[in-house]
Amino acid sequence: MTSPESIPRVRAAAWYLLAALGIMAMLFLVPGMMSAFRLNLLAKYLCFALVALGLDLAWGYAGLLSLGQSVFFGLGAYAFGMYLKLESAHGQLPDFMGWSGLDVLPSYWRPFGDPLFALLVAVGLPGLCGALLAYLLGRSRIGGVYFSIITQALAFMATTFFIGQQPFTGGTNGLTNFATIFGHPLKDAEVQVQLYRVTVLAVALCLALSLWLARSRFGRLLIALRDDEQRLRFSGYNPTLLKAAVFGVSGGMAGLAGALFVPQVGIVNPDSLGIILGIQMVIWVAVGGRGTLIGAVLGAVVVNAAQSAVSESFPDLWQYGIGLLFVATVLIFPGGLANGLQSLGRLALRAAASRRGEAPAPAEAAAELVRA
Amino acid sequence: MPDPSHSHDSDAAPDLSRRKFLRLAGGAAALSAVGGLLAACGSSAAPASSGTSPASASAAAATSGAAKPSVAASAAAAASEGAAGGIKVGVLNSLSGTMAISEVAVKNASLMAIDEINKAGGVLGKQLTPVVQDGASDWPTFAEKTKLLLQNEKVAAIFGCWTSASRKAVLPVVEQLNGLLYYPVQYEGLEASKNIFYIAAPPNQQIIPAVTFLLEKGWKNMYLLGSDYVFPRTANKVIKAQLKAEGGTTVAEDYTPLGNTDYSAVVSKIKASKPQVVFNTLNGDSNVAFFKQMKAAGFTADNMPVMSVSVAEEEVAGIGVDNFKNQYTAWNYFESVSGDANKKFVDGFKKAYGTNKVTDDPIEHAYAAVYLWAKQVEKASSTDVDKVRAAADGVSFDAPQGKVTLDGATQHIFQKAMIGQAGDDGQFKVVWDSGDKALQPDPFLKTYSWGSTVTGS
Repeated sequence: MTSPESIPRVRAAAWYLLAALGIMAMLFLVPGMMSAFRLNLLAKYLCFALVALGLDLAWGYAGLLSLGQSVFFGLGAYAFGMYLKLESAHGQLPDFMGWSGLDVLPSYWRPFGDPLFALLVAVGLPGLCGALLAYLLGRSRIGGVYFSIITQALAFMATTFFIGQQPFTGGTNGLTNFATIFGHPLKDAEVQVQLYRVTVLAVALCLALSLWLARSRFGRLLIALRDDEQRLRFSGYNPTLLKAAVFGVSGGMAGLAGALFVPQVGIVNPDSLGIILGIQMVIWVAVGGRGTLIGAVLGAVVVNAAQSAVSESFPDLWQYGIGLLFVATVLIFPGGLANGLQSLGRLALRAAASRRGEAPAPAEAAAELVRA
Repeated sequence: MPDPSHSHDSDAAPDLSRRKFLRLAGGAAALSAVGGLLAACGSSAAPASSGTSPASASAAAATSGAAKPSVAASAAAAASEGAAGGIKVGVLNSLSGTMAISEVAVKNASLMAIDEINKAGGVLGKQLTPVVQDGASDWPTFAEKTKLLLQNEKVAAIFGCWTSASRKAVLPVVEQLNGLLYYPVQYEGLEASKNIFYIAAPPNQQIIPAVTFLLEKGWKNMYLLGSDYVFPRTANKVIKAQLKAEGGTTVAEDYTPLGNTDYSAVVSKIKASKPQVVFNTLNGDSNVAFFKQMKAAGFTADNMPVMSVSVAEEEVAGIGVDNFKNQYTAWNYFESVSGDANKKFVDGFKKAYGTNKVTDDPIEHAYAAVYLWAKQVEKASSTDVDKVRAAADGVSFDAPQGKVTLDGATQHIFQKAMIGQAGDDGQFKVVWDSGDKALQPDPFLKTYSWGSTVTGS
């Protein structure tokens, strides 16, 4: 029997072990269990999960509801798409520039031939944009619903801009028809498996980073920021810098997700920066459970998997089904899937314990469920 | 997963924020539900009317896709064939989103052709099983569903797409997985993929004859107006080169975003620049707004003729016959075309989908595409993609528009070009056609002396 103080430590170790096993299974077991098509879809859901994770950090912890997270995602996707486009063009002008009337590669496209540079821009640019936006809005004391509206306007502007710049962005078509990545053909199943594994690792690392941030002093400051910004300010902290930091991290994660999305889905177009995707991202987090991080990952994967499954089986009616699913989830699990599952688990544990006559009354356990 | 200190964090959130979250989540869900409802309303309009007069039991199964999942339909079909097994074919169009209004009819045309072929005994003695998927007016979704159809469903061919953007999204997928796409809508040309059959007009079968027609009428000063995407931009590039070579002038070139509905500035510009004719490559709803606002400003076909290349019978109803009377459009098919093949086609379409439905060029091409593929398969005695492609050259079909023949080299079709003038009934009167000899497809403008200024080679 261990001493009472060591129980939390044992529990934590058990969680670490479980997480490690889960990651190993995702890395090595899952690819063998799924068809190439399904694995590719799962990788796409995981890219979205990465965006949801960043969004949850900003919204769930710091209270910054961004309806324009798609902009950061799209910027990352375009930046890495530019690399893929240049690599596939083999030193020639990318196809869409030719039919849009360009004769020479614009100078700012050139450095994107280097994948490392493209990746750096894909993560760095959205991160910087996010930090700058949150800083400027924070400095002007613009928050709450106005923050959300401005981020949504940003998504609208970005879409319009990318459509209008057809010679440089591919217009409505976006960037597509990629052939290779790092010299390997994208159509190879093995390349797709590796890309999937990289995505799993990215999600795992970002989840670990987010959990660590959330549990650190920084995370507590974020919660304070969300719940009472004035008090935080009067306590001597600078809310503007906090907002810039968390929104920068959030934007960077979305950018990384975009960079991983592009080679696996094979296309990025202005809708990837758009309002509809921006709202969907919020729905993923809401369905999964705001402020739980793991819930954001869960929500993104579950919602997108449901969307694929329902649209494949009911191509004419699927949008009704998805709408009903959202309503049902919110009604049944008001705290999101993660909170719902957690309370169900707790309820089951207590019920089992009370049967052994050593735990609180069932009424208290039921109250627990309602509370979550 | 939850761990002790983490659950402490989330418990720290006071009830107020929880309630706020609830409201937000509920709002988001309601929003998405409403969005889904609206989109589905648009897409379910056509099949709903088909339910009233089903052509046959199997037609009903195929056409009422809205009411029955394709999987169930295909499962039923597979079961009815027993051990012999059918041939799966994909039908990929936008059944939701902004393009659904046009693409649902194209899907219906493909399904009608599949049904007719099945009733006549199928292909190679096997029944065709359609697998319908929704591209949702979203290009990445088109790419994803193409992967689904080729990798999981293993379809022999895919019929569908409308916008050039969706075709460009599908192109790398069919090339990488060696599938076949039959694309039924007129487009900008300058494309060749060994995995796509372009059952539609490149510029030399539609836009170039239309410009020649206008020049011969003596209308040399043209105002080019289009939606801002790849088809209008490339089309105008072709028109400008042709005008330069053949003695016309481009008065102005204007682009508006897809879905734009305010044309007051454009109409003023037309008033000020005084062109002899407007060449219109607007797409979708924008046409409704443009022609209404032209009429309101006093422009009719008498004082400002407009040549359109994306307005067909289906769109005329939305624009309003009054606003479009006597205006010109260029296509390869009109519902008013004479001939038994067209009569059978029009009657069949109305019987299956409702007497208020019209047929038009993309619908007709989608119908012809299925027959052309079936004939290729019969000729090759196989559904193997490479064999079907090799069998293409010279395969012909008596389509509603007249005889069309596949060109193996370009993977386009030989077909006639026609120009129609809108009448009082929303139908077009053919005022010009390219004659009995079908036009050779020339997607890269190789037969024009000025073609190289467009293709840059």
